[in-house]
Amino acid sequence: MSLLLEARGLVGGYGELTILHGCDLTVEAGRISVIVGANGAGKSTAMKAIFGLLPLREGSITFAGEDIVGRTPQELVALGMGYVPQMANVFPTLQVEENLEMGAFIAPDRVARGLERVYSIFPALQEKRRQPAGELSGGQRQMVAVGRALMMEPQLLMLDEPTAGLSPKVMRDIFDIILKVNEADVGVLMVEQNARQALEIADTGFVLGTGRNLYVDTGEALLADPEVARSFLGKRD
Amino acid sequence: MEFADTLNALVYLLNKGVLNAAKIGSIYALGAVGITLIFGILRFAHFAHGDMMTFGALSAFFGTLWLRQQGINIEPIPTGLLALPVAALVTVGLALLIDRSVYAHFRAQKSPPVVFVMTSIGVTFILQGVIRLIGGTGDRQFFFTLVENGERLREDKARLLFDFEWLSEHFDGFAQKIVITAPQLALFVFTAVALFGLHRFLTRTRLGKGMRAVSDNEDLARISGIDVGKVVLFTWIIGGTLAAIAGTLLAMDTQYKPILAFNLLLPMFAAAIMGGVGKPFGAVAGAFIVGLAETFAVFDWRVVYNFLVPDEMHAATALALVPAEYKLAVPFVILVLVLIWRPTGIFRGQVL
Repeated sequence: MSLLLEARGLVGGYGELTILHGCDLTVEAGRISVIVGANGAGKSTAMKAIFGLLPLREGSITFAGEDIVGRTPQELVALGMGYVPQMANVFPTLQVEENLEMGAFIAPDRVARGLERVYSIFPALQEKRRQPAGELSGGQRQMVAVGRALMMEPQLLMLDEPTAGLSPKVMRDIFDIILKVNEADVGVLMVEQNARQALEIADTGFVLGTGRNLYVDTGEALLADPEVARSFLGKRD
Repeated sequence: MEFADTLNALVYLLNKGVLNAAKIGSIYALGAVGITLIFGILRFAHFAHGDMMTFGALSAFFGTLWLRQQGINIEPIPTGLLALPVAALVTVGLALLIDRSVYAHFRAQKSPPVVFVMTSIGVTFILQGVIRLIGGTGDRQFFFTLVENGERLREDKARLLFDFEWLSEHFDGFAQKIVITAPQLALFVFTAVALFGLHRFLTRTRLGKGMRAVSDNEDLARISGIDVGKVVLFTWIIGGTLAAIAGTLLAMDTQYKPILAFNLLLPMFAAAIMGGVGKPFGAVAGAFIVGLAETFAVFDWRVVYNFLVPDEMHAATALALVPAEYKLAVPFVILVLVLIWRPTGIFRGQVL
């Protein structure tokens, strides 16, 4: 199985503070990888490092076989990566459709096709296309944010805690959406607090701790691992 | 009191009050839109904006001089207007030069906003020096008489006169006029066209939407693949062009002075903050509110009052709310009140 994204030995952090201590993260083409772990384990930091938002001190990252260390986010979008940050992930004063258009800023000729595709995945957004994104509910905002990242038809969608702060019902909707996006052969790399639900849909799961890989296995195997269950998943009822 | 006097009072009010408020409001609007765009996208208070307007006016003056020396004078179109496109280009060039050589350095360093503010104050002082070096310290008229080979070539300020003949025929005693000069007419037309064009640009074009996106959330804009450098470039192009238009038309309406627009800085910032930082059309609304407030605060109501009351009650001294020399206090008070009661502005802009 070919690796779409392969990040090895990531070391980096903010200024003097080192958060990543050599973790590896991979996504197979068209599959879902999930990163779980305690607060401060470096999950979001690893995502930012991969997307060129944080300088790396050590490590290698390839995307579809190409070295992407030091590339700008703009170049990564052009290569076929999409990233949805956890906080402030929509443009609040821009209308829903304008938000989506911004996802294909670098390729205006792809806007029409992108919109068609996003609206087919999120029909609810089409009804609200003229509404400023800041007026939407949390779940709908998340749809706009994911939709924006899908406009360039990326091969890899990176999601940083897409269900943070959402109700359990909306959370399930978001997971359904992720599965639906993945059905179209889009690889997914996702950080998730709701570890159990996330591992259930994961092809590969990464359990991070202090910036290192603690466990790497299929989602199913991690869910079955009593060690992982005790430390990270809470007790089963 | 006769009906003619009521008409007299109304037309006088329109001519001396409303028209002046609209004029100064338009100047403020053209400047404040630039200030609010720069504020929203580059995230700092661009104090050098007033001097960019002065620089634009100075460039237009030299352009006018050159055109007149070439024997170009197409009345009733003021020669200053013909020089305006070049003045706008020169001003945009200056803005980009300053950005590339000064502000870009601090952007690369990711300097905190206060550094940008101090830098823009430094740029203001440098610009004021440069303006005086190039243009001297004296005043300059846009409508001047050129003496060439002993021949005196005049250019007069074309004016539209509305003397309401029909009214003066029907109402005995009506004798008011409204006069709009060519630069004033140009100001109204340019302001309307520029603001309409800007609205279309910001809501209909990819780059315009990109500008709003950067203003909303710069990090997300980068993540989305928006070319922030290009957005910054166009911010200066728009801001510089509007500054040159405002400076030139103000100088044509009155005269060019080295401190022409530095004095406008406070009302323009009051307008931008009142409208909500980063909201161009909030800034326009703020500009006209400040313009109206300022004009009517110092407006001498004596003439209007005397038209409306019997002769024996006529006022002999000025009837103004605020003495004219305290005009600048009006936008200052507005600014303070807005910052106390609604710091995000009427249209809820960014928090400073």
